[in-house]
Amino acid sequence: MVKRKSRIKPKTKLRTRRKNGITIQFIPYAEIAYISSFKRIKMLVNLAVENKILLIQGKLAPSEEADLIEETMKYIGKRGSSKFKGIELTTFSPQSSQALSFFTTFKERVATTMFGNRDVITVIGPATIVREIRKDPTKIQLLLRK
Amino acid sequence: MPIRFIKDFFKRIFYGMFATKKHVKLGFYGPPNSGKTTLANRICKDWTGEEIGTVSKIPHETREVQIKEKVEIEFNGKKLTFKLVDTPGIATKIDYEEFLHFGLKTREAKKRAKEATKGVIESIKWLDDMDAVIIVLDSKKNPYTQVNITIIGNLVARKIPVLIVANKTDLRGARAKIKKIEAAFPEYDVVPISAKKGKNMEEFYECLFGLVK
Repeated sequence: MVKRKSRIKPKTKLRTRRKNGITIQFIPYAEIAYISSFKRIKMLVNLAVENKILLIQGKLAPSEEADLIEETMKYIGKRGSSKFKGIELTTFSPQSSQALSFFTTFKERVATTMFGNRDVITVIGPATIVREIRKDPTKIQLLLRK
Repeated sequence: MPIRFIKDFFKRIFYGMFATKKHVKLGFYGPPNSGKTTLANRICKDWTGEEIGTVSKIPHETREVQIKEKVEIEFNGKKLTFKLVDTPGIATKIDYEEFLHFGLKTREAKKRAKEATKGVIESIKWLDDMDAVIIVLDSKKNPYTQVNITIIGNLVARKIPVLIVANKTDLRGARAKIKKIEAAFPEYDVVPISAKKGKNMEEFYECLFGLVK
């Protein structure tokens, strides 16, 4: 009897953890850089619908951000994703407070032109989990729902 | 007689070209409940005596694009004809439960949320069609939101002139926060106004004429 009880308890705990758990998925630049804009947006919204917080290396183009908002709106109230309420979105660029030398700045600009801006991080969180993303020039805060 | 006919023909063509140039499609963009319709109403009432749409404390009151044609505005001896396009507020999330706090029933709230999502899509689609855009922000709210950045980024990409309006300056503590908006968008003119009370509209019209010159 005692053994049975001890078996049941961890199972229920595990279930609760899964239900309330938060998944944070990091998406490296290489994973989304070479797919079409349409597929990229679809992929990001689908992951957000799955209640995942996404940390994306790089930045979406303004037109892609607009497309992302459009696609998000299409998913709100849609059959199969009825709990989905939208997303919280922000981009964050950690800027160095130190003055960089001319050569370093030049190197960074060339790298950005050739490979895109990888220093920027885009955060996308489903609104069912992320209540608010507070951002000011120097910091970013993710406020989660209880 | 034929010479007169030809003269009139060319006159009409040139007049038409001139008139088209002066007919400016002016869009009102911004997050929900920032006062876009209130400002559009203020301008319409000042120059046509009519309003463009209804305003409410409940977010997403404007859920369809509202248009007012041929609004003639005269400022400092210069006259311009505008087509005012009041758009639904752009948001990245819409939760029907938020509307329940304003006394709406569940069914009404769900309907409003559904219409609001369509409104956001419509707003974004209209971005391509504008000659100039007024971005209306609530002075008391944080300007560093991605929605604001996305709207401005898209307008810049389309080379559409932008004027930022820091609205609701009549609210307590709003004036102190205007500097935050100026700091967030240092490349743009920021005009503090109260569309509801009609405060600082002179400066707004001055900046508007500077924008579409």
